[in-house]
Amino acid sequence: MAARYDRAITVFSPDGHLFQVEYAQEAVKKGSTAVGIRGKDIVVLGVEKKSVAKLQEERTVRKICALDDHVCMAFAGLTADARIVINRARVECQSHRLTVEDPVTVEYITRHIATLKQRYTQSNGRRPFGISALIVGFDSDGTPRLYQTDPSGTYHAWKANAIGRSAKTVREFLEKNYTEESIATDNEAIKLAIKALLEVVQSGGKNIELAVIRRNQSLKLLESKEIETLVTEIEKEKEEEAEKKKQKKST
Amino acid sequence: MALASVLQSESVDFSNYGRQRHGFASGLYEAELGLESVGGDRLSFALSTSCSNGDGPDRKIEFLHGTTTLAFKFQHGVIVAVDSRATAGSYIASQTVKKVIEINPYLLGTMAGGAADCSFWERLLARQCRVYELRNKERISVAAASKLLANMVYQYKGMGLSMGTMVCGWDKTGPGLYYVDSEGNRVCGDLFAVGSGSMYAYGIVDSGLKQKDLTVEEACDLGRRAIYQATYRDAYSGGQVNLYHVHSEGWTRVSQSDVLMLHQQYQAEKA
Repeated sequence: MAARYDRAITVFSPDGHLFQVEYAQEAVKKGSTAVGIRGKDIVVLGVEKKSVAKLQEERTVRKICALDDHVCMAFAGLTADARIVINRARVECQSHRLTVEDPVTVEYITRHIATLKQRYTQSNGRRPFGISALIVGFDSDGTPRLYQTDPSGTYHAWKANAIGRSAKTVREFLEKNYTEESIATDNEAIKLAIKALLEVVQSGGKNIELAVIRRNQSLKLLESKEIETLVTEIEKEKEEEAEKKKQKKST
Repeated sequence: MALASVLQSESVDFSNYGRQRHGFASGLYEAELGLESVGGDRLSFALSTSCSNGDGPDRKIEFLHGTTTLAFKFQHGVIVAVDSRATAGSYIASQTVKKVIEINPYLLGTMAGGAADCSFWERLLARQCRVYELRNKERISVAAASKLLANMVYQYKGMGLSMGTMVCGWDKTGPGLYYVDSEGNRVCGDLFAVGSGSMYAYGIVDSGLKQKDLTVEEACDLGRRAIYQATYRDAYSGGQVNLYHVHSEGWTRVSQSDVLMLHQQYQAEKA
């Protein structure tokens, strides 16, 4: 049944599916995990770093990219498609600054990216973009924002979200652990992102890449040393929790 | 792209109309420069007569460059004052022209140059501003609105548009005042006067604005007097003085005063 309706994406299937868009979403599920958290004065993006080949230079594959001074995004899915989307978004950020004499709001640039993606689901001879994006940043009035877009061109605002491989597991973890106190300070928000990624990433801190934007500051990528420190902190906390539980049980 | 989307499909499509560059376009330029009263100064606010005279029998476009319009920022917002006379040569065509265009409840545009050009493009700007408001769920800033207008007319540069307008409003950065014209100038400032009577108006406002911290009353009075003085000396300005005040809640139409009444009032005050 699906075979006859997935050639040209402009065609609906009889039961109302756009199969190309759904296949694009499958491609996203194959990509490495990315998680985004909206704190009070900070927004955090974390991605699972894919292991590189021995001879490959580590830093050429970046999954977290700045779109402007106050907005950045991470993606899951086809890296090549992401490059195009990021390019267009960067140009739009500057275009907006030129015509409106104001930096983009996070919602505006998300809407632009989503409209771009939707256009590709409704034109001839083109396939949808195979990426979902997490767009974070601060608006000029200081409000932190986190948005997620997917290949169909829809976008939603989130407090915390994950995309890519094992996104469901990470999202469930976040639903359980995202509380007002867990994002009370910047550090706590960063640790929550790491904890969420550690659920699905093997071998710990080496395979995590983290970036933060603080209000009125540009994107900052955390160094691996900092991540290692935080990971050890988290593991210590976990042990203390386990200890406490044991003591409770015995008494 | 933000720029391309405004200019292409979303505004009225003039793609074939006006796009052919006629020979007279370059001729027009020379004629303009020759008639410019302030030498070769590019940023002249005294608009010159454009192509209309002698470019074919049906090219009698009535221009409002015989006019005085004025706007200035002060502590409590922006005062916009205009006259209301339209002339065709030495014939007074009308004494009751509305030279302030209400773009939306918090943005005003003044009219100098071609009446049709001004009102058309500013109504188009009003449409664009409304679309912006709906899309972005917040009011457009004065800077952005004036930029949209400037970009719209820049596409027609050299094709005979004649428009010198001041975009006045209040946005989240406070009072905003921009001068935009059909040459592509877009200038932010605290005080502008446009038209044949602008020099006389400048004289009054410049001396009146020396004392800082005007009250709303004083500022309105200053604007009114400046236009009055311009109508007194400039033959092409007259009629009534229309006065608007732009403040944080939007604009208010303060008064419409006949110039002859003002004359009698000021004479009485002198005595």
